[in-house]
Amino acid sequence: MDSQTSKPRPSGRVQLARYACGVDVGSTQTKAIIMDRERRIVGRTLIDTGAHVTRAAERAFQHALEQASLERSAIGFVVGTGYGRYKVTFGDTQVTEISCHGRGAHFIFPGTRTVIDMGGQDAKGIRVNPSGEVQDFVMNDKCAAGTGRFLKNAAEVLNLSLDEIGDVSLRGRSPVRLSTVCTVFVESDIMSYLAQNRSVEDILAGIHSAVAARTIALVRRVGIEEEVTFTGGVARNTGMVRSLEQKLEMVLNVSPESHYVGAIGAALFALDHVS
Amino acid sequence: MQYQGRIHQLQRELMGRYYAEVTRVATSDGPRAAYLLVSGNPVELLRAMDMLPVYPEINDLQLAVRKESLPYILEAEEFGYSTDNCAYVKADVGIFLRGGKTSYAQIPRPSLLVCNFVGCNVYLHWFEQLAEYFKAPVFNLDVPFVRDLDGKPEPGDVAYLVKQLEQLIEIAEKITGRRFDYQRLKRAVALARDAEDLWSEIKHLNKSSPAPFDGYFDAGTLMAPMYCLRGTEEGLHFFQEAYREVSERVEQRVGVLSQERFRYVIEGPPPWPYYRTFRDLFSRWGAVAVASTYSTVGGTWEWGFRHDPQRPLESIAEHMMLHNVSNRSLLLRYEQIRRYLEEWHAEALVIHSIKSCRLFSAGQGDMLDYFSRGLGVPTLLVESDLEDPRYFAEAQMRNRIDAFFETLEHRRLAKRAPALKGGAEPGEGAKV
Repeated sequence: MDSQTSKPRPSGRVQLARYACGVDVGSTQTKAIIMDRERRIVGRTLIDTGAHVTRAAERAFQHALEQASLERSAIGFVVGTGYGRYKVTFGDTQVTEISCHGRGAHFIFPGTRTVIDMGGQDAKGIRVNPSGEVQDFVMNDKCAAGTGRFLKNAAEVLNLSLDEIGDVSLRGRSPVRLSTVCTVFVESDIMSYLAQNRSVEDILAGIHSAVAARTIALVRRVGIEEEVTFTGGVARNTGMVRSLEQKLEMVLNVSPESHYVGAIGAALFALDHVS
Repeated sequence: MQYQGRIHQLQRELMGRYYAEVTRVATSDGPRAAYLLVSGNPVELLRAMDMLPVYPEINDLQLAVRKESLPYILEAEEFGYSTDNCAYVKADVGIFLRGGKTSYAQIPRPSLLVCNFVGCNVYLHWFEQLAEYFKAPVFNLDVPFVRDLDGKPEPGDVAYLVKQLEQLIEIAEKITGRRFDYQRLKRAVALARDAEDLWSEIKHLNKSSPAPFDGYFDAGTLMAPMYCLRGTEEGLHFFQEAYREVSERVEQRVGVLSQERFRYVIEGPPPWPYYRTFRDLFSRWGAVAVASTYSTVGGTWEWGFRHDPQRPLESIAEHMMLHNVSNRSLLLRYEQIRRYLEEWHAEALVIHSIKSCRLFSAGQGDMLDYFSRGLGVPTLLVESDLEDPRYFAEAQMRNRIDAFFETLEHRRLAKRAPALKGGAEPGEGAKV
């Protein structure tokens, strides 16, 4: 890297320290993971990012340290990832969330060849090789259609919480067909179906189906090869997991750690520098 | 520190003089200004008629690089143009609506609009609308598209275009009140040929490692004199200087970056409103564009074509039709990129798609597939706009470019030392 235009990447390994940290500053939430040299997670945090990105990164890091009962000096290397990775001012280097999700997904499910990551404002498809290295990736355009933000808006219109909508969608028997996956215009579509007395379950089933179809079309651009691992905050949504699985006709790897996959990948990259 | 040589300084001086002349023509009487489009332009003809070529596209990008394009675009949108219209057109209509006033020049009213229709159907509508606004005559050159996959003309195509150029000469004679000077045309064509020789040589010098200049960003600096001043002594002098400087850099092994880590080829026009920012996103990775298709919109001289003073009109016709990137089939563009990758020793392709120019951007999805899947070339597609700053999202752009070069870096590490790769070991296994 040109040293005049960017922060030089530290090379070499950090002696003595036993731990490494990955901080994933996403558009909606910030996650931190602390790992020991045996690659065990010893501390984790998830907080809302809010308007003060640097502060969010610091808080997440601090909470993770407290959870792990560690002092700052115990951490040999910190990698920042996510949109706010350059705001991880205490970090040693930055790695994009594409590389981190690829590596994190492969760490949890070593058979992973394709990663579908759905976050607050992003949907990505990542193809990785048997070593977990990114071979190709694709991201959604400058538009929140088909992302967590889209689902959040839909939930708000239906007066439900984001955590509820997945389960509710599973009860839909006759999904509505959306005319748009635009985050803004979906609101009028929902209102229109409510006016037609369509059930909330069917409306949500239709919403999940539309988002899944859009995401799959995106991910197909890098090629979908099994095993497919679903990561990011939206992977906690059971309705979205079901919709993707039905359309892909395959079972997805989904970990309870799905929300942390980017931070886990960042921690693994950080651990490379800790001997 | 970016490469800032004599050529950059000289280009600024030349373009300053060019725009001083543009302003002088705008503020004096007489039929002098002829509007022209960049792709495959017949500028030699207008030089021979002593008409000043004025390129709306270059005027527009001058606004964009100065971060002044948006008010002009908005004015055109208020006037009725859609957000989806070509942003060059809208900025240009904005210039018209503001009476030709810009921060860098007073743009003259055209005495003649020469629509060198080359592959872009928007060109036709653009100039017909300008003709309506300015009440100026427009001459549409019907340039046959190159259908042949070998890049050859159909029988009669060149003669058909030469006939139209002769009609254009008659029209220009009536407008200027001057008799066309054929010797002067030959002289302009000879000057163009000599400049093309040098420009072609300069491009081939970028096969060197380290690359002496950036084949996209610095090529942009070299393109303006190629269009605005081709066919003049001043233009030729610029390319003589440029050749000297670039040759010296090759001899002294001076690269465009302090450390050249990646060589890539780029397709598509640049995001002029964020030119510097966009360049920095690559430079910080030590990535140099060694060649670009955009630098051939005016002409694909590096493949050998030259204007010919012995057959000036025929060679102008051949240039317009066969030897510029826009009037050729997409498959010929693929071949051009493939040759750049191979002969200029590049390992990756970046496609910059233009939101408001579907014409240049059409087919880039297939292009991505062809190079990434078909040929196994790491390829990145990013999108913004050449004129409208609203389409550029720096965080997203940076994310994609960072991830792309990270991936290239991982691949290299994996190739170089399989036991020490930066990624996880196979079966690294979770202990969560």
